[in-house]
Amino acid sequence: MKRIRLTREDRVKGETTMKRIFALLAVMALMVAACGTDATPETTEATGGTETTAATETTEAPAEGIQAAANACAEGATDGTLNLYNWTDYIPTGPLAEDFEVDDLLLKFEEEHGETVTLTFFNSNEDMLAQIDAGASYDVVVPSDYMVVTMIDADLLVELNRAAIPNLDANIAPLFSDPGYDPGNRFSAPYQWGTTGIGFSYEAIDDTEGVSWGVLFDPEMAAPNAGFISLLDDTRETLGSALKYLGYSLNTLNTDEVDEAADLIASTNEWIAAFNSSSYWTLLSSGEFNVSQGWNGDFLAEYDRISEYDDEGNLTYDAYEDFGYAIPIEGSAAWVDTMAIPTTAEHPCTAQTFINFMLEAENGATLTNFNYYASPNEAAEEFIYEDILEWEAVYPPPETMAILEFFLDLGDMNNYYADAFTRAKG
Amino acid sequence: MTTLHQGAATRPRLDRSLTIWGWLVFAFLYLPILIVVVFSFSGSESVGRWGGFSLRWYEQMFANEQLMNALENSIVVALISTAVATVLGTAAALSLDRYRRWIGRGAFDGLLYLPVIIPDVTMAVMLLLWFTSTDVVELGRGSITLAHIAFNISFVAIVVRARLAHMDPLMEDAAADLYANRWQAFRRVTLPLIMPGVLGGALLALTLSLDDVVITSFVQGPGSTTLPVYVFGLIRRTVTPVINAVSTLMIAVSMVLVLASLTFQNRTGRRTESKERNQ
Amino acid sequence: MTLLDERKTAEEEAVSPKLERRARRRESWRGFFHAAPAYVYLTFFFVLPLLIIFVFSFASRSNTGKPLLENWNLDSWTRLVDPLVRTIAVRSLTMAIANTVLCLIIAYPFAYWIATRAKQRTRTLLLIAVLIPFWSNFLVRTYAWRMLLDSDGYITQFGELTGLWGRMLFTQPAVFIGLVYGYLPFMVLPLYAALERMDWGLVEAGRDLYASGSKAFRKITLPLSKPGIIAGSILVFIPSLGAYVTPDILGGAKTNLLGNLIVTQFQAARNWPFGSALSGAILIVMLVATMIYFRTGGRTI
Repeated sequence: MKRIRLTREDRVKGETTMKRIFALLAVMALMVAACGTDATPETTEATGGTETTAATETTEAPAEGIQAAANACAEGATDGTLNLYNWTDYIPTGPLAEDFEVDDLLLKFEEEHGETVTLTFFNSNEDMLAQIDAGASYDVVVPSDYMVVTMIDADLLVELNRAAIPNLDANIAPLFSDPGYDPGNRFSAPYQWGTTGIGFSYEAIDDTEGVSWGVLFDPEMAAPNAGFISLLDDTRETLGSALKYLGYSLNTLNTDEVDEAADLIASTNEWIAAFNSSSYWTLLSSGEFNVSQGWNGDFLAEYDRISEYDDEGNLTYDAYEDFGYAIPIEGSAAWVDTMAIPTTAEHPCTAQTFINFMLEAENGATLTNFNYYASPNEAAEEFIYEDILEWEAVYPPPETMAILEFFLDLGDMNNYYADAFTRAKG
Repeated sequence: MTTLHQGAATRPRLDRSLTIWGWLVFAFLYLPILIVVVFSFSGSESVGRWGGFSLRWYEQMFANEQLMNALENSIVVALISTAVATVLGTAAALSLDRYRRWIGRGAFDGLLYLPVIIPDVTMAVMLLLWFTSTDVVELGRGSITLAHIAFNISFVAIVVRARLAHMDPLMEDAAADLYANRWQAFRRVTLPLIMPGVLGGALLALTLSLDDVVITSFVQGPGSTTLPVYVFGLIRRTVTPVINAVSTLMIAVSMVLVLASLTFQNRTGRRTESKERNQ
Repeated sequence: MTLLDERKTAEEEAVSPKLERRARRRESWRGFFHAAPAYVYLTFFFVLPLLIIFVFSFASRSNTGKPLLENWNLDSWTRLVDPLVRTIAVRSLTMAIANTVLCLIIAYPFAYWIATRAKQRTRTLLLIAVLIPFWSNFLVRTYAWRMLLDSDGYITQFGELTGLWGRMLFTQPAVFIGLVYGYLPFMVLPLYAALERMDWGLVEAGRDLYASGSKAFRKITLPLSKPGIIAGSILVFIPSLGAYVTPDILGGAKTNLLGNLIVTQFQAARNWPFGSALSGAILIVMLVATMIYFRTGGRTI
């Protein structure tokens, strides 16, 4: 009996092995098919070819290759779909644009230039840096001022081709055309600028005048709102506000000062509810927080959102009677967000065309009318809503500008700050 | 398999307590789900206050292209990664359970456990580094699928192995005695018997894939955002009830899938059960 | 399996040594063949990436965080004994253990109920019912909890009405609620499996010998369900150790846990080598723990 079994097995062995190999091959083929077709996002139309060749190119000599490609782009030229990496909800599109009744800028770009835009979100500069540094491919990213310095130093940005972006020289306000973080705007184009401050409910703080960082950092001043206070979850911002409260510069290179700030933040553990950079404005308006550190545009847009209008468009509930925004008396941060092209980009021409598109007067104004941040685009002022232009919370008066500091890159101290913040939270 | 029959009859108080506890736990498990489902039909924007029955969130959901794109990505990735992981995992389980001596078996046994014990974050980071250093595949749906397969193989293998341990290997012998070749024996005897385990493993893999946030957010690329990651970004601004609509839909679809697999299993299960009993 | 082994050895004795060797080699090859695809896959997409992490942990830190593959050093590893790291590690460990214990306490009676009190048909349905919440989105569930626990949340309202508790959001209890919720099924399923497989006849025998209910439980049921307890504990403990999303959302991101610490190293803290070392260290610890468990005779799940 056993002998017969063995010989039968010998005969069918070949057959079953072949069957199994085919099955496995089928599975692997399925896998490869999945990888192959899905490397290209399906929103693209006929760019399959460009995608695959670009992929092999970028492995060879990335920086030179992409730089040469960017330099060769003509104005308005495109070379494939645009992969945009931006802060969450920083650009109006889709239902959000409808809510705020502004143009859907991504759709507009698609209509005017024929390329679709794929939008991916990030919530902090460091998140974005980690992705780009790891090699993720995006065509346009939106780094903040100090991050631009880091990225330039690390050879992560492509130098902009002025010929392809004429609006860069034409439309930008003088204050932003030769900034400290990127002299001459060689690698970046200003996107929006704003301030950091304190958003609050009038139940917690009486008035927008004379607000101090102490409501966040001083035990006595924070006590009435304990458990309803939030800080930003951001190394530079949170440490910066602590430094300002202590009377130091938020770009200080003095380790003692940074340590002091870190200890101060650590001491707030008693009364703060959360560290939050991504939903603090909704938590403020819903009552979970009474006092929040945050960015002016986020607060203002939220207050506008929760205000109610009747069918004729008249104001029935004005959120500004319940909520406010203030820049503390000790001073605070002003920052500029920019558009830049990372060296991992695959469509530099489309990228530059997009940047030029965003720098148009109308589109710059749409941005401000949407996210309530100030525009560095002088030509855009013609199209920005009157009340926003006159709004001190968006366009601060000179005496406020005097106490605002722009972030600078810290060079080697970057890591020290990062570690200090980890200590402060932990 | 006897159940506690006589004992149970004489302990009504314990019975009641256990039942109450059971219902409490179910209440706990379903409380957030109920909120999600109920408020997906609420007309008011603020979740927490009922605003009349309305389907507007479902309308908005289908109209939101980015959301639909993310949903599609999630489903495609989940289905493909589950299919592949189930095949590879089942084969792996068989290799360990049926064959006791082959080269590298010990190492393989250990290797299979690693994806289970490794922290999410570590796996996310190392896969990101791997994909970007080696250009095996562009960051996108492909990379997410590959990542999901990587951790799902182990889970499937564990579940199938548990089931295999219960299976009487003499069944395969019997089949062989009846002149079945190896493939036939596998298909007609082993597979139906371990099917509950395979399906269980597949179900687990599907769940893990659909639910994954950390690993996916690290290895995704432009346009390949999956639902959990998209929700992560979206849910932060307004707690928009559209997400509730999406979740409700996903639960409903999953329930249908499970019920389908159950009825399919029941039919084959009953046949094999009667076969077992007649042995 | 032993019966089969006996039969196999009997076979081998009866057959000539050459065929016997050939059979064994074929056996070995078949085993390898079955495992090969998974083996290859995992080598490519797990082992190699893991090696990269290890290599990075010895590299030096650049300004952007990415490791510089020069100046190899042990800085990242020595940093592991920093007081900060130790505090965070202890905190994560405590939380993971607490979570495991909580899950066990809640899941055991529940699994017992399903395994013993429910009818055969309903059992599968009940188990599926346990899993269904997991097919929604993890984040949505967590945010739903945030909503339930915030100032206007139903749970808060209930607590205030009965005077039992106030707003729980952004506190430790909220984090535990979220964690237990997230890992309960991982404890329920193995417990159920163990209890269902048990020979309840033994319990009956114990009762026949005049053991009280609780004694029978303590001396018979509990020990017999130990494999389930251990399996469930492992399945809950390990992921809990690295959990950080739930503590972030429900706890307000106020405390750093191991998971946060690792992620931060790759993002805000710009220190990939240290992040790699941390990950490597945790993995080693878990490996050792699992190996000890298996050496002391633990069974596979």
